[in-house]
Amino acid sequence: MSDFDVELSPIVLVDLSLLTMLLLVAITIVRLRHLFAVVMLLGVYSLLSASFFVSLDAVDVAFTEAAVGAGVSTVLMLGAMLLTARREKPGNPRRAPVAMAAVLAAGAALVYATIDMPAFGDRQAPANAHVGQAYVERTPDEIAVPNIVTAVLASYRGFDTLGETMVIFTAGVAVILLLGAGSSRGGRRVSDREGPR
Amino acid sequence: MTMFVAATAAVIAAMALALIRAIAGPSLYDRVLAGNSIGTKTVLLIGLMGFMMGRPDFLDIALLYALINFTATLAILRFFSYRKIDDAPAAPARDGGAP
Repeated sequence: MSDFDVELSPIVLVDLSLLTMLLLVAITIVRLRHLFAVVMLLGVYSLLSASFFVSLDAVDVAFTEAAVGAGVSTVLMLGAMLLTARREKPGNPRRAPVAMAAVLAAGAALVYATIDMPAFGDRQAPANAHVGQAYVERTPDEIAVPNIVTAVLASYRGFDTLGETMVIFTAGVAVILLLGAGSSRGGRRVSDREGPR
Repeated sequence: MTMFVAATAAVIAAMALALIRAIAGPSLYDRVLAGNSIGTKTVLLIGLMGFMMGRPDFLDIALLYALINFTATLAILRFFSYRKIDDAPAAPARDGGAP
């Protein structure tokens, strides 16, 4: 597998350190029981993965990750914590090995799937060979938008984007109904005492 | 170029130190401050990586990250003003403890 002969450039070192930090944060999130700390660490995780996406040249994905993960998610999680408990209930320890086995199996399957993926920046990769090339060639004439990603999202796949927008609108309405605009001030208090051990 | 690499290494080292504080705690305020500080380091890192890869066009995106970080910090502060956090050591319970 010559795909893995990557020279140790500064960007690769940045990637490695970001991935190491992501792993550390993920392990800590799993082990913590205090939900406020978990929300803080989830924001940290999202910022770190946004930096990782930037170093992979996926700036639009990184921006979505930072806006949704570090921005809106933190606000929504804190709003949900105002209404419910602040501590995670202890799980059933007998189920832990089963969950661990399921996670390891899924992770192994995903790693196995990456072996089939084309190398990073491969010119013969499906993403670069077929329609991608056509978009690059035809966007300046047909759409006249300088950003090709914008042209694809807003024009070539306009109906798809409209459907996505409706999904997000529905989700937003549901979140507003669940959290309630004034529930943090006047809403019904829900007990957050820890249950019987 | 060497300058940018050295600056990036310094920012990542600072990020790692803040991350240690976010993971170790012990109090929640440590974690809030560490999270905010990591957000600031992310802004710096994205700016530096843009210059390091020769595409400094992403500098305005780094600025938008700073705004997002600010919003999240505001939300956390509002949360603190609505409710006491139960393991803050010196804070007396304002609303008479758990109902």
